[in-house]
Amino acid sequence: MLIRRPSDILPSEITPREVYLTRRQWMAGAAGLALAAALPEGLEAAPLPAAKSPFSTDEKLTSREDVTSYNNFYEFGVDKSDPARNAKTLKTSPWTVKIDGLVGKPQEIGVEDLIKESTLEERIYRMRCVEGWSMVIPWVGFPLADLIKRAEPLGSAKYIAFETANRPDEMSGLRSFLPVLDWPYREGLRLDEAMHPLTILAVGLYGETLPNQNGAPIRLVVPWKYGFKGIKSITRISFVEKQPQTAWNMQAPNEYGFYANVNPSVDHPRWSQATERRIGEGGLFAKRRQTLMFNGYAEQVASLYNGMDLRKYY
Amino acid sequence: MAGRASVQGGKRGFALPQVPKLLVYVVGFIPAVWLFYAGITDQLGADPMRYLEQALGLWALRFLIATLAITPLRQLFSINLLRYRRAIGLLAFYYALLHLITYMVLDQGLDFAAIGADIVKRPYITIGMATFVILVPLALTSNNAAIRRMGGQAWAKLHRLVYIAAIGAALHFILVVKSWPAEPLIYGAIVAVLLGYRLVRSLGRRPEPRRRTA
Repeated sequence: MLIRRPSDILPSEITPREVYLTRRQWMAGAAGLALAAALPEGLEAAPLPAAKSPFSTDEKLTSREDVTSYNNFYEFGVDKSDPARNAKTLKTSPWTVKIDGLVGKPQEIGVEDLIKESTLEERIYRMRCVEGWSMVIPWVGFPLADLIKRAEPLGSAKYIAFETANRPDEMSGLRSFLPVLDWPYREGLRLDEAMHPLTILAVGLYGETLPNQNGAPIRLVVPWKYGFKGIKSITRISFVEKQPQTAWNMQAPNEYGFYANVNPSVDHPRWSQATERRIGEGGLFAKRRQTLMFNGYAEQVASLYNGMDLRKYY
Repeated sequence: MAGRASVQGGKRGFALPQVPKLLVYVVGFIPAVWLFYAGITDQLGADPMRYLEQALGLWALRFLIATLAITPLRQLFSINLLRYRRAIGLLAFYYALLHLITYMVLDQGLDFAAIGADIVKRPYITIGMATFVILVPLALTSNNAAIRRMGGQAWAKLHRLVYIAAIGAALHFILVVKSWPAEPLIYGAIVAVLLGYRLVRSLGRRPEPRRRTA
């Protein structure tokens, strides 16, 4: 597969290393302070050295504070401040991911081994939530394709299905009286989407291991799709022949499609997707931004959907 | 008049201290003042506009529910708060107005094309807007002059539109969220109980006056 890099980033535009490092130091310091205040004892984030990537955007990062305190992770409550408050009960070590289904090498891999054996990269991606807000997040991770190759998928494998941990004892949202979703949380990708170099498994954020509320210890990031496709705290990856069931699609099939590609011209039935609010940009008086086709990654991914009616396959 | 009934309530052992109605407004506006202050000083979290917008809407619904609770409280528990009902109802209207202004100015940036499209295409916004439109004549006639001009019966008839507004407000809340989280459903259930109470009571009473007139 021929992968084009975004043409809008010239090598000369990329921040010089010295400047970048200074900024990094400053951020690490700030992040450290924020972390010391925010994290309970015994849950220290470990640094994760990672190489830079040409796939990263140079847009202004959303603050670590906002990325780690404002997000959806319904296993810990439906309010966007709930995950940061409740997710510390999740035990993320030891953690194994089961790889099964139509593969030559079904296996269980410990996340720590996976991190050791992978070449970690920093990927600064835009994240567009289906609710109409967005962030710019410096993930640390590796291409999902690396893991797929390890498993040696059979020719019959057309899709990949993911599952989140389903642990009511450790996840307060799973104990709620009215289940918000049909647990466990499930997501899926077509195999070619999963193999795309933009698709990563993230194990870190802002240069450190993932905080629990952001999907520790391992989560999916697919930057051209709505955020809910980025399944968190993954315990199982299955290779299957048919399009798998996905949590939000099961909940409201007319509102959340399997593909869920960011698309400003296909509205959610109840709200427009034409614009978005960038978190941390301008506070109360921030202006909305135009949402970009495939969240600005059209050049790299549009060819995956050639000939498909994106209104039908939303 | 309305105010005197609470004295009767007092005799039955529910001696509620009478507070000036102005105090209801002053206390009622505390959330709005705090929200705007916190919004401007960046204390409303990562998405301050959304927080402000939702909180103002929620307070409108709460005050709407409070006005609907006054009659059952009087009939079932002899707690008479009738003299504060107008103030509480107007607070519901003012919060709905602030909620609408926040949506139009801060959320949509006065993009009237987008607002128009929202009203036409999005059922929850259509319902929210209709609810606000219903509240306008109620707010405009919430004064003694209007009651005198319209006559008590016509006035009471008009103000029964508040039932429709309460249903609209609850639906507006339920339709804006993803899935079925508990909070909007609880508000919806409270509205259903308060309106259901009136329905049951009116059904139980209907035959009586008819016999008299016959």
